[in-house]
Amino acid sequence: MEGPKVQLFVTCLVDALAPEVGRATVDALEKAGCVVEFPDGQACCGQPAFNVGLVGEARKMAEHTLDVLDETEGRVVIPSGSCAVMIAHHYADLFEGTSRQEQARRVADRVRELTQYLVDDLDSSVRARCDGCTVAYHYSCHGLRELGLDHQADRLLDATARAELDGAKECCGFGGLFSIEMPAVSEAIMKDKLDRVEASGADVLVGSDVSCLLHMEGGLRRRGSKVEVRHIAELIGGGS
Amino acid sequence: MSQPVTFLSRAEALIGTHEADAVGTGVRNFLAMRERSVEVFPLIEMLRDRARAIRLHSLNHLDRLLAHFADQVEATGGRVHWASDAEEASQIAADILQRAECRSVVKSKSMVSEEIELNDHLESLGFDVVETDLGEFIAQLAGDTPSHIIAPVLHMTRRDVGELFADKLGVPFTDDPFELNRIARVHLRDVFLEADAGISGVNMAVAESGSIVLVTNEGNGRLVTTVPRVHIALMGMERIVSRWEDAAVVLETLARSATGQHLSVYTNVVTGPRREDDPDGPEELHVIVVDNGRSRILAGETAEILACIRCGACLNACPVFRTSGGHAYGTVYSGPFGSIVTPGLYGMDPWWDLPYASTLCGACEEVCPVRIQIPRMLLELRKQAASEGRLPGWLEWGMSRYAKTTVDPSKWARAKRWASWLIAPLSSGGWVRRLPGPGRGWTTSRDFPRPARESFAEWWRSNRGA
Repeated sequence: MEGPKVQLFVTCLVDALAPEVGRATVDALEKAGCVVEFPDGQACCGQPAFNVGLVGEARKMAEHTLDVLDETEGRVVIPSGSCAVMIAHHYADLFEGTSRQEQARRVADRVRELTQYLVDDLDSSVRARCDGCTVAYHYSCHGLRELGLDHQADRLLDATARAELDGAKECCGFGGLFSIEMPAVSEAIMKDKLDRVEASGADVLVGSDVSCLLHMEGGLRRRGSKVEVRHIAELIGGGS
Repeated sequence: MSQPVTFLSRAEALIGTHEADAVGTGVRNFLAMRERSVEVFPLIEMLRDRARAIRLHSLNHLDRLLAHFADQVEATGGRVHWASDAEEASQIAADILQRAECRSVVKSKSMVSEEIELNDHLESLGFDVVETDLGEFIAQLAGDTPSHIIAPVLHMTRRDVGELFADKLGVPFTDDPFELNRIARVHLRDVFLEADAGISGVNMAVAESGSIVLVTNEGNGRLVTTVPRVHIALMGMERIVSRWEDAAVVLETLARSATGQHLSVYTNVVTGPRREDDPDGPEELHVIVVDNGRSRILAGETAEILACIRCGACLNACPVFRTSGGHAYGTVYSGPFGSIVTPGLYGMDPWWDLPYASTLCGACEEVCPVRIQIPRMLLELRKQAASEGRLPGWLEWGMSRYAKTTVDPSKWARAKRWASWLIAPLSSGGWVRRLPGPGRGWTTSRDFPRPARESFAEWWRSNRGA
């Protein structure tokens, strides 16, 4: 039996900085019975430019992304809540009242974040596993507050030992280019978060947004912490 | 002392200090209190929707409501004055005081008075001005500015206050909050009794009856508005609702969002000056309605921020506020709502960087009692700042290059290979400890991952490609 065909939008960060998360996402989707396609020519959704206010650049990247995705069919699955929100919600603002409006709406309707797709759409039986370890989960802000990603990961992790992470739904301080424009503030927020991660007793910090995870992993490495960092796809797919 | 001109430099000076730590502890307490009160009151979600509708209605009918309010105030024997800017508002207040031959003034908390720097103006004209809200009293004594709209000295610990009182009021040191409160009360009691005039803020004006509503937890608001001969109320021009029914909804959400209380300890309603059969009250009531940039905000993309009811919940929820503290914002209105109000009131110069002092995490909108779309408006202001060419050159140039590269698949493929190759010599074990240029900020406390030798797209092509 052939499962649903999905289009993987892997995000520029995963593509360039964390391809193992992309491979794990493919595995996870295949485990859930999907046929995965990878639309050619995809790169950045435009969020970094959008968030600093450079709307012209954001629109350029968004138009490209729309063209790439609109040629395909089926759900567009993204292993990042933040980039999913960009396409699913903010493209509407970018293209309101333009000739792209319809196209933006069409593509937005097809977009799903990975855990949202597995749990809400597929009601899949795949699970995130981490044998012999205790997991702390960080709910990344955009997915949590703009896509309602407040329970999907819990479901996927229901067979895994969880550490209680105080402030699990608080921002980690990444904030995209904020982390480079206002490094001292970004670091101060991160410090608070990482102190809590270490106090939770978790062996592994898990999340569903590579951007926040790379920021926290970079911070944990710098402080010589033993806590490892994984994208939830890596606990489902196991990588390849 | 002139203060640093950017948010970042002010924040850098504060992060990790005693002051920022006090703020961090304080806001978490406020948030926990809000959380507890909201949990047991599910109706709050519906009330938030109604409060939002009420406040937006007020903004859409502001001219009519203000005119009606003014008529009602005058009908009860009060006077309404219209001030287009800070200078005019201060001058109106000074004129009223001079005409009524007042010398000593007591104040209850008014953010508008901070906004227009009223105290400085009145003191320069020889008036004695004493703040009577405990927090504001402490700030005035310390020569400090408030750092949080509802908790002006959130940045101070009770120990700091004890030391200040010992120093300035000549009392023995104590850090017991009840004792500190008592000291302030005893000190202020005589000041109240001798004051010629009281200046208050306005939490909300009710158009239908020409009333102003003041919420306080200390009772100083009712002393300020009843004991002295003259009462001057300073009101931001957006602070109005049509009816009492609406005021009730706003009050239901205000205290819960601010401190987790059902209602503030005192909710004072002032309708007109003393009437013939009133046992007390001022002989004169003056309401100064202050524009000072609000019309400009109302006409622009961030008009919705004027629906704010000043509960402070967005400050408490904000990770940037929590770590940097209110003084990092450099102005009376700090935190997420302040980052929208400040550039609106005072212009983008030099305040354009405040909208960037946010991770866009959305925690502010989540707790806002009137569901103001704060991140959306921060983005609006960023858009404006970028279109005015205010961004650093490296960022504008870099983003322009990035856009050109990513929309061209062959350029993007090349860029990924180059990035990996260029950064390789800086890395060990797949991570970089120090990046050059603008990336420097990242690596002060975080390692940076070396771009992959084989990108995901390349892997796909080799392993899964058709």
